[in-house]
Amino acid sequence: MSLKLKLNGVDHEVDAEPGTPLLWVIRDELKMTGTKFGCGVASCGACTVHVDGFPTRSCQTYIEDVEGAEITTIESIGDTPQGAAIQQAWEELDVVQCGYCQSGQIMSAVGLLTENPKPSVDEIHDYMDGNACRCATYQRIRAGIQRASEILEG
Amino acid sequence: MTVNTSRRGFLKGAAAAGAVLVVGLKPNGALAAGGEAAQINPFVKVGADGRVIAIIKHFEKGQGPATGLSTLIAEEIGVTMDQIDYEFAPSNPEVYNNLAFGPFQGTGGSTAMANSFMQYRNAGAAARAMILEAAASATGTNAADLDIVDGMVTGAGDPAPLGDFIAAAVALEAPAEPMLKTPDQWRLIGNPDVRRLDSRIKGNGQAMFAMDVHLPNQMIAMLARPPQTGGLVASFDDTDARAVKGFIRAATLPNNAAVAVYAENTWAAMQARDALRVAWDLSNAETRDSSQIKDEIMAALDAPAEFNVLKNEPGPMDQAAQVIEKTFYFPLLAHAALEPLNCTIEANEDGGITLHDGAQMPTGPHMALSQIFELPMDKVRINTMLAGGSFGCRATPSADYQVEAGLAFVITDRTRPVKLVWSREDDMRGGYYRPAFGHKVRVGLSDSGEIVAWDHRIAGQSIMKGTPFESFAVHDGVDSSSVEGVSDTPYTIPGFHVGLTDTKKATSTLWWRSVGHTHTAYAMEVMMDMAANAAGRDPVEFRLAHLGDSADARRKAAVLELAAEKGNWGNAPAGRAQGIAVHKSFGSYVAEVVEISGNAGDGVQIEKVTCAVDCGIAVNPDVIKAQIEGGVGYGIGHVMRDEITLTGGVVDQYNFPDYEPLRMRDIREIETHIIASAEPPTGIGEPGTPPSAPALANAIAQTGPVVGVLPMINDGIAFA
Repeated sequence: MSLKLKLNGVDHEVDAEPGTPLLWVIRDELKMTGTKFGCGVASCGACTVHVDGFPTRSCQTYIEDVEGAEITTIESIGDTPQGAAIQQAWEELDVVQCGYCQSGQIMSAVGLLTENPKPSVDEIHDYMDGNACRCATYQRIRAGIQRASEILEG
Repeated sequence: MTVNTSRRGFLKGAAAAGAVLVVGLKPNGALAAGGEAAQINPFVKVGADGRVIAIIKHFEKGQGPATGLSTLIAEEIGVTMDQIDYEFAPSNPEVYNNLAFGPFQGTGGSTAMANSFMQYRNAGAAARAMILEAAASATGTNAADLDIVDGMVTGAGDPAPLGDFIAAAVALEAPAEPMLKTPDQWRLIGNPDVRRLDSRIKGNGQAMFAMDVHLPNQMIAMLARPPQTGGLVASFDDTDARAVKGFIRAATLPNNAAVAVYAENTWAAMQARDALRVAWDLSNAETRDSSQIKDEIMAALDAPAEFNVLKNEPGPMDQAAQVIEKTFYFPLLAHAALEPLNCTIEANEDGGITLHDGAQMPTGPHMALSQIFELPMDKVRINTMLAGGSFGCRATPSADYQVEAGLAFVITDRTRPVKLVWSREDDMRGGYYRPAFGHKVRVGLSDSGEIVAWDHRIAGQSIMKGTPFESFAVHDGVDSSSVEGVSDTPYTIPGFHVGLTDTKKATSTLWWRSVGHTHTAYAMEVMMDMAANAAGRDPVEFRLAHLGDSADARRKAAVLELAAEKGNWGNAPAGRAQGIAVHKSFGSYVAEVVEISGNAGDGVQIEKVTCAVDCGIAVNPDVIKAQIEGGVGYGIGHVMRDEITLTGGVVDQYNFPDYEPLRMRDIREIETHIIASAEPPTGIGEPGTPPSAPALANAIAQTGPVVGVLPMINDGIAFA
């Protein structure tokens, strides 16, 4: 079936069966590969995108449920103040290792700072709990969020 | 970038802006340079625009060789890290081999920097010498009076961009022994402010992993594999799979190991694969429970050892004033790198094929695909892409997933590229595992609290036997990867006996970040603490007393003392407990102090891990810190709560919900200190892992039990 999808501010017409996860429409149909497949069961967070501003696991989001929603992916999150601050902090601190989870980490971290500009360590842990990093870059993700918070404070 | 093909024509022509200086090896292995890339396999290319490109022979899974090897080239030429780019080398074992592996291109054993350090510096230094010689000729000066600073040639009037001299440099001979910069001249090597070259693209979605390959008209292939190791396809029914939109076809692989489902996209492939009904031939399949495998291992510890590893007599245990004994069990573990395994194969116009892969050991799949497709090696090309982690799983001796892709492609008409994709469940259930191991250790102490005898029994499934690596890893029947970290310990242990028994094959097994050290460091360092406690001695003092005066022992002692100092050893805040461990692996020395709050009954919280590392010359100190941080997390995450178990030969775990990864909250802080060293660089990807788990165990033991059965949650330990 044909669906309308608004992604990063651009309207797309996609052909996908109901029940298809948003993740695979983004990756295979629109060929935007920044959003990653890690587990398929919403337990690693690599596929995190924003749906109407909220971090959402795209591997467990049916395409028909997000028709008409504003979807944002890693490719354009840098256009937001929080996204730009997170990306700057990630570079300053060299947060990444293999990098495969980092799109999802950044999408969640932007969600956190949008809701809570100055999170405590425990609030960071709670919010980021669903984003796994097998390289264990957590130390720097935590520091990166704190650094981005400072950047946003100006 | 185009390269001139006729030097004579080029020098006369006006195309100097297109000149590229390549420095690398000729097919005969000699260092060579010039402007003709076809004749030289480059380690570095320098364009007339001044851009330098480092050709990276190791794959990048986050451990940092793209940055590290680029640092060496940039240092020797004299450019900034902003003036250098990198590309991954093609598969060519004669040129891009790992010097630690012989004629084999690959990454493993934490050898990337160690084997490349001189090779890449020499390539960069040769390029520099040729540029300076060209500049000297052009300016009528002496090359020895010139320098290259931040990409500018200085010493002959106004600084000039190095690119100005590339066209002339390509005509020069490469120096046989280029002069290397001395450590006092280094601006990049050892500089903690050097940043990773791959940070930005990994933070904005532009980084291309093998999973991101979308070739025109490609098919996605997923495999239905047998539920147990050793099973084969008997027959299959694809009636339901045909109903999935996007399904193309299903076919049994030529080796009967799996049924391949081909589809137009990944989601269709997943659905169609799951809709397939396969009858399996399990006559040769593993059908045991993991409890039976464990029983076999534990029984082997009490039977005579198959191999006496050290060839010496056991120490006089009967003369010891007291004997401390502990038995350990280490379960099967999955690697669970975050990017599920995948690769893509396409046909080339010349009749050959190209593999797109996060290739850890390109020579393995290169040879395997050459056989499958009956192609000469030069008709098989490998495009190495960024890898979303590995921890060892991309380096199977059988080239497992690349062979699967090859078999899935070879039975098609080869007009459409085939991208093989594993799901997370495929990775968790069908992969290769860190084998289960058991240790039984008895330590005899004298009246004065010195070790007088150490009887160490190890049992488990060999990783190396039956692989191409057997010839150099197995000696007199002993797989060194089963005993490394015990039999070669820098500790001075009198009456040291090590016995090994190989247990029979249970699963496909594989190196897993730090290989044998994953279990040997734990047994050694927990025993050292138990012995120190029994002797009434401080664990740090006790270890130092058993480290002699060799250079090896002194380096181990130095990291132990530094970690103790920085970790405030012996002065834990109220409500906290500390544990320490030190271990040498892959030529590097790492000590770690783990500080915890809580306790085994109410829940342990890891508050801080303080690390000290000596890995020789620290090329990229911040990458080294990152690798220690990651190594600590990988080690601790698994010993807390992860294991792979089998029921009737079928893996019980299916995905992250029952193989729970380390999460951010699990370790609140990691601090790393690097010992200044002039020794050659040694490993860093793995050495952070081995001491992390025993340091945690030793901290828990301060107020709770000594954990012998892993994961810790299976031995009565709760975590906050």
